[in-house]
Amino acid sequence: MGYHWNWSVFLQPAGAGQTYLDWLLAGLGTTVLMGTFAWIIAFLLGSVLGVMRTLPQRGLRNIGAIYVNVMRNVPLIVQLFLWYYLVPKLLPESVRAWLFSLPPASTAFVTATIGLGFFTAARVCEQVRAGIDSLPPGLRNASLAVGFTLPQAYRHVLLPVSYRLIIPPMTSEILSIFKNSSIASTVGVIELYARSRQLNDYTAQAYESFLAVVACYLLINAVVMLLMSLLERRTRLFGYMGAR
Amino acid sequence: MLGLDFTFITAATWGMLWHGMVVTFKITATALIVGMVWGTLLALMRLSSWRPVSLFARGYVNLFRSIPLPMVLLGFYLIVPQMLQALFWQAATWDTRMMSALVGFSLFEAAYYAEIMRAGIQSVPRGQLSAANALGMQPMQAMRLVVLPQAFRNMLPLLLTQLIVLFQDTSLVYVISLADFFTSAENIGERDGRIEEMMILAGVSYFIICYAASLGVRYLSRKRVA
Repeated sequence: MGYHWNWSVFLQPAGAGQTYLDWLLAGLGTTVLMGTFAWIIAFLLGSVLGVMRTLPQRGLRNIGAIYVNVMRNVPLIVQLFLWYYLVPKLLPESVRAWLFSLPPASTAFVTATIGLGFFTAARVCEQVRAGIDSLPPGLRNASLAVGFTLPQAYRHVLLPVSYRLIIPPMTSEILSIFKNSSIASTVGVIELYARSRQLNDYTAQAYESFLAVVACYLLINAVVMLLMSLLERRTRLFGYMGAR
Repeated sequence: MLGLDFTFITAATWGMLWHGMVVTFKITATALIVGMVWGTLLALMRLSSWRPVSLFARGYVNLFRSIPLPMVLLGFYLIVPQMLQALFWQAATWDTRMMSALVGFSLFEAAYYAEIMRAGIQSVPRGQLSAANALGMQPMQAMRLVVLPQAFRNMLPLLLTQLIVLFQDTSLVYVISLADFFTSAENIGERDGRIEEMMILAGVSYFIICYAASLGVRYLSRKRVA
């Protein structure tokens, strides 16, 4: 095809004492940081909503259902634009002033991380709900019968068991959160995907920049899968699928 | 309080949005059809007892499922123009953005449909295949006439849910600045300085379409169970 491969381009200086490799690593760092923060938001909010969807109170169940329906039926890119352009207008003046005193890429990072977290929370909510619903009803009844209050039953019995059951689907949600973080580049976050375009523009080595970033995503995937399989093995319960 | 004002939207604006929606539907339909055919083939390959074939299908599915969609679109945006140029020399005059979006989405969706179809094929009891063989059908006939129709029926709710996801994902052609519904809405918002209003409008439109579709899927799957 007459394409001139040149992998050493990553070692060339990109200005300000950095090489193009530093750009790539900075992108990797931003993606990892964003995915991790967004996952913390998604996990906490999703767990609360998921529990709400299994409670006896109808009103709480409906709140969870409405949240999931709204979040699942609006594309993530639209949500991120709304978080970036609309939500800051709803904030109190002092918070908004702080948010816009940050460099533009950091403002985008904050809003996009929150947006990604709230989006993924809906999916975590469905997994948590499915996990709790899949438990035999006897488990809830037995814990109430031995004198636990409902919050105690959730805390000590239902949630610990169902979290273990939903590790595999949670793993794929974590993988998606890192993939979805690439959409944050559209509001100006300079993460891996944005770096691949930058590298392409500056070095004119289209395939190298593309493949290097693909390799970074594959690396993130491999690390997440490894960590989650370790977690699964460490938390295994006697008597459940996969237990030895 | 927010100073939202929707009065700036004119008939010409609706026209642009409608053109965008047509592009969105075109990409969705192409990716659905090509993705489903190629995905079914991949699923069959993955279940094949011939190792190189099943390894290829597995590698394909895993690779596409671990790369973000914007990267896939960017990749095809880099490769497709040269590919077209190699195949037909006059490709430089074509709209390569649309072409690379169609190719990218089809190949990307195929990986997801392949996994759904694999689960569908595996959900058909083995006895069905044995019975078809006992009746004297060739392996391909048994697949085509007995196993696949049942697999499709079992997986219909999942296939339709994936279609809703695909419809929403087409908004990501924004990254190669192809004017689909979302990108048109964003362009209008930038042009008129009304980005908040246009994003609300886009969000509400996507919500209405996707929520209606998901209610339809729910109705379908409930009717099948009953």
